[in-house]
Amino acid sequence: MLSAVRDASIDAPTPPDLPVDRKPATSANARRAAPSGRRFSHLEMKAAAFAYSRPTGLEEACALLAADDGARVIAGGQTLVPLMAMRLARPTRLVDIARVPDLAFVREEADAIAIGATTTQRTAEHHPLVHGKLPLLARALPFVGHTATRARGTIGGSLANADAAAEIALVAVTLGATIAYRDGERSGEIAAGDFFIGPMVTALPASAVLISARFPVWSESVGVGFHEISSRKSDFAFASAAAQVSIDPDGRCRRIAIGVGAATEVPLRLAAAEQALTGARLTPETVRAAVTDALADITPMADLHASAEYRRRVARTLAIRAIGEAYEKAGHVH
Amino acid sequence: MSTELATELSVNGTTHRVDVEPRMTLLDCLRDKLGLVGAHAGCEHGVCGACTVLLDGIAVRSCLMFAVQADGYAITTIEGLTPAPGELSVLQDAFCETHGLQCGYCTPAMILAAHALLAGNQSPTREDIVEAISGNICRCTGYGQIVEAVALAAERLRGANRPVEP
Repeated sequence: MLSAVRDASIDAPTPPDLPVDRKPATSANARRAAPSGRRFSHLEMKAAAFAYSRPTGLEEACALLAADDGARVIAGGQTLVPLMAMRLARPTRLVDIARVPDLAFVREEADAIAIGATTTQRTAEHHPLVHGKLPLLARALPFVGHTATRARGTIGGSLANADAAAEIALVAVTLGATIAYRDGERSGEIAAGDFFIGPMVTALPASAVLISARFPVWSESVGVGFHEISSRKSDFAFASAAAQVSIDPDGRCRRIAIGVGAATEVPLRLAAAEQALTGARLTPETVRAAVTDALADITPMADLHASAEYRRRVARTLAIRAIGEAYEKAGHVH
Repeated sequence: MSTELATELSVNGTTHRVDVEPRMTLLDCLRDKLGLVGAHAGCEHGVCGACTVLLDGIAVRSCLMFAVQADGYAITTIEGLTPAPGELSVLQDAFCETHGLQCGYCTPAMILAAHALLAGNQSPTREDIVEAISGNICRCTGYGQIVEAVALAAERLRGANRPVEP
């Protein structure tokens, strides 16, 4: 029996001699590799090596980013760290802004709620100002990741990461939020509609730190709706839709904002549908026609989980549902 | 290769000084440097939840943060929940009693996620419990007994330290 085991081990293919940081780095491997101490001076780790800085102010953070093309900002790390674990991202330096003062806040401004970049999704989710003034964001936040990832994940991080399926990005585009950044001495603002360029690509300058997002608050009472479909609860959405509606006393649509996410490379505001429905009575027929027209020209993404045609169809259905939900809630307000 | 950074971690009430490479996750640091192997390495990219620990009482994934980010927080692992060596917490007891575990791989994380829930919600509904553990994957139980365990522990904790009715 023993010799058979030995033979088997001799016949087993020897692993190719990869550089240390290319070896599959599971904890099991680390445990096996560590005691021998022959080939590995360190335990193996998932992420490629990087330098770590924790600046105390924005100027210092921007200087660190400007000095190194491979530097990336980290706050909650809930999207960056998985990418680093899979080595899809290999930053040379992480600039940790989690403890830069005055970046975590939710505050009321004229006609808007401003949320600081390092505010966790969990804080925003439970914040009375978000519930009272930004019901659409409050409705969408429970769909973002899981309880444990919302505890660390930040509002700014989700926006800067610009995943096509990100719910916070969809709300920002739907409501026409403004994203503020600091780039060295310079401060700048970008409209959410111009901020997202492609999947994980934004208009944020390379050495800039996103500092806040300002979400407009409508002065009148609103109803909101949010729907998405994914393979498991809180997994990445195949399609999502957000809507906010206010109605006149006679029941006509006074103002409406509609957006779809995950279907296309960036969140999409359905301006044509908004125009068609403003001032109209929202019947199932008018809503279906307006949404169908608005989605006729989009170029949906396709992958092995969901085809382009599926995404278009589901985005349409979810948008109709979101508008329906928003309209019903707006009606209950009056 | 980047240099190691001196980091102070407060784990289960004890302060540890460790030298870590920036890329060492909190999970690997707890397991390989501090010998706290109750936090389990599952997917190691934030999907399975097996590495859950508490950061200032809130459930987080220890594979999705680097150890250098964790200084200054009060970290609680499953090893920190037991009242005394050889004893079980009310939650752990409830998991045993309702058969809330089989292979046990997800269990420390499930218990910590439930612990964080019960710390802020004495009377969770079934939906609250399901939501609290929705980020934790279990391939054995089908979740039914886990939900039952958390509900049982909640009931027992509500009844604790109350005057006995005459």
